[in-house]
Amino acid sequence: MEKKINRRKYNQEEILWGAILIAPTLMGLIILNIKPAIETLILSFQESSGFGKTVWAGLKNYKKLIGDPEVTQAVINTLVYTLIAVPFIIVLSLVAAVLMNQKVKGISFYRTLYFLPVVATPAAVAMVWRWLYNSDYGIINYLFSLVGLKGASWLTNPHTSILAIAIVGIWSTVGYNMVLLLSGLQEIPKDYYESAEIDGAGAIKQFFSITLPLVSPTLFFVMVTTIINSLQVFDLIFMMIDKTNAALPKTQSLVYLFYKQSFIMNDKGYGSAIVMVLLVIIMLITVLQVKVQKKWVNY
Amino acid sequence: MKKIIVLSLLVISGVFIVGCGENKGDEDGRNEGKQTITYAIWDTNQEKGMKEMANSFEKENPDIKVNVEVTPWDQYWTKLDAAATGESLPDVFWMHSNESYRYMSNGILMDLTETLKTSKKTSLDNFPKNISELYALDGKQYAMPKDIDTIGLWYNKTLFDNASISYPDETWTLEIFLAAAKKLTDEEKGIYGFTAVNNGHEGYWNFIFQNEGKIMSADRKTSAFTDPKTVEAIQFYADLINKYKVSPSADQLAENKPVSFIQSGRSAMGFFGSWMLADFKENDYMKENTDVAVLPQGIKRASVYNGLGNAVAATTKHKEAALKFIEYLGSKEANLISAKTGAAIPAYEGTADEWVKNTENYNVKAYVDMLDYAVIRPFSNETIKVETVETEKIADLLSGKKSAENVAKTIQTEVDDILK
Repeated sequence: MEKKINRRKYNQEEILWGAILIAPTLMGLIILNIKPAIETLILSFQESSGFGKTVWAGLKNYKKLIGDPEVTQAVINTLVYTLIAVPFIIVLSLVAAVLMNQKVKGISFYRTLYFLPVVATPAAVAMVWRWLYNSDYGIINYLFSLVGLKGASWLTNPHTSILAIAIVGIWSTVGYNMVLLLSGLQEIPKDYYESAEIDGAGAIKQFFSITLPLVSPTLFFVMVTTIINSLQVFDLIFMMIDKTNAALPKTQSLVYLFYKQSFIMNDKGYGSAIVMVLLVIIMLITVLQVKVQKKWVNY
Repeated sequence: MKKIIVLSLLVISGVFIVGCGENKGDEDGRNEGKQTITYAIWDTNQEKGMKEMANSFEKENPDIKVNVEVTPWDQYWTKLDAAATGESLPDVFWMHSNESYRYMSNGILMDLTETLKTSKKTSLDNFPKNISELYALDGKQYAMPKDIDTIGLWYNKTLFDNASISYPDETWTLEIFLAAAKKLTDEEKGIYGFTAVNNGHEGYWNFIFQNEGKIMSADRKTSAFTDPKTVEAIQFYADLINKYKVSPSADQLAENKPVSFIQSGRSAMGFFGSWMLADFKENDYMKENTDVAVLPQGIKRASVYNGLGNAVAATTKHKEAALKFIEYLGSKEANLISAKTGAAIPAYEGTADEWVKNTENYNVKAYVDMLDYAVIRPFSNETIKVETVETEKIADLLSGKKSAENVAKTIQTEVDDILK
């Protein structure tokens, strides 16, 4: 009996301390993330001319949204970008992680090299790539001309602009995911590989039978975050595609459209409605992933 | 003990949060008898001139201090919008005709009508009526005109000499302009006669007005883009790229900064606003090789002009000081300082000559000469939305994807829809 009381007291104290310790993060989360998210939802039902003055508009923004071909195009653009970028990011970062997990001389140098694009500012990355892609004096088209080919006008041709943006997106995120996967790989006990070798399994067999299943929890995490990040692509498009660029309608993502409506056109209500569409898309895809993960992720 | 810890943690985090939101503007200590007001601007090129004006104002009013705060154009409006929402606007700030209606109609700006009427230092009569109208709503004046700008024709003397063509002057017509542009274009070397950028203000609007075309209806409630003269003018502008091939393609202009073409000798002519002068003054290549002339004339002479205004926040905590400063900014003395530092053509009538005198190297008198027939920048209650639509649609015309009529029709419909 006495023991039970003691235990309860102990628990109470623990709960209290727990609450105190998470309070700063929790408050930050509420003030900086949750409250604005709810306010955005409310704003999407309002009409706004800026300066925080709003009028209730009901479903007007959503009605406008359904009939707006620009939004439909932006949804397509965003999904196309994600479909191009995500598979490459996942495969390349897994390959890079496996390669960086070898015992090679100077491995940390190579790891740093792959991680470098993550450290670089997105704005600077975008500006450099803009130069590389330049159809007149960009190095990419110069290399094409060396072998007698005529390069495309990468950023101004509506057929190549998303691809061009996706290449930069892939290049700049592989390093980050590589580090995550690398830590996953290093948690796999070496004994498994040793016994596999004794049993006569080759490197490829080892990869698919040991590495892939055991790194799958990390891989799952990487996949979810990469897809969410890809759906939210904005800065590269903003920096690399000029507003006078004729390829912009075929390139702009949902977040770009949100920015344009909210901060250039000053229609924050409509901007919020657009971002709600993105929220729904992200939620659907993430829920689907969590459901499907039971089939392939080993915990 | 536990309670004390909890309490102190809560207090600490509370202080932290409150501390973030505290307004530093209150620190200026009215108790000491000295007030500090903030003057927000967006152009670094004009910072020096604005500071000089602030200094001379401080000399006259030793109990007021003016802080000049520069925010680049791209962030200026986002910042101002947020500050207006949070009621923490700078006391005095620049206003642009693009945004003025939204600020005036939402009661963000202080009504200056009374101050201007009773002021001994300045009066609206000293400024061009068109500029003060940009900042007036329902008979009330919300900003003091600051400066004027027009668009001029910049040309590369060296390229003209090489092609042995005489420099542009007031006798130039669009035919002479086109003939010269054709002669100056050397596609192999990558040199073009002109840069037909996707920009109304420093581009096709000028051609529209010279062709007696219209952009907005007289009451500014509908678009007038389908006017046949307007369609003709934008067709000519697009032809410079696609038919006559005297301009880099729309793609090239979107990929590179348009101004870089004239600054690297790859374009012989270009339209640029007088606000570019401060930039061109610092550029060695421009100083050595280029000069400016009035725009060539179409059916008639025209150049788009605009003017900025100085406004006071309605929520300012230093009303008297801010109004005193605004009065000073509207005085002849302040406009002469602005003229001397050469940043922009001051709006005060009769001070423009002083501005011309203070600019060596370039024939900037051309900018002032054009004021006689300049046309005010098209504006409406939704200027930015209208212009964003225009830029997007004109891109299809300049890249040769759609015809001028088609594009004009789309612009007309969408703009009417916005202004409805």
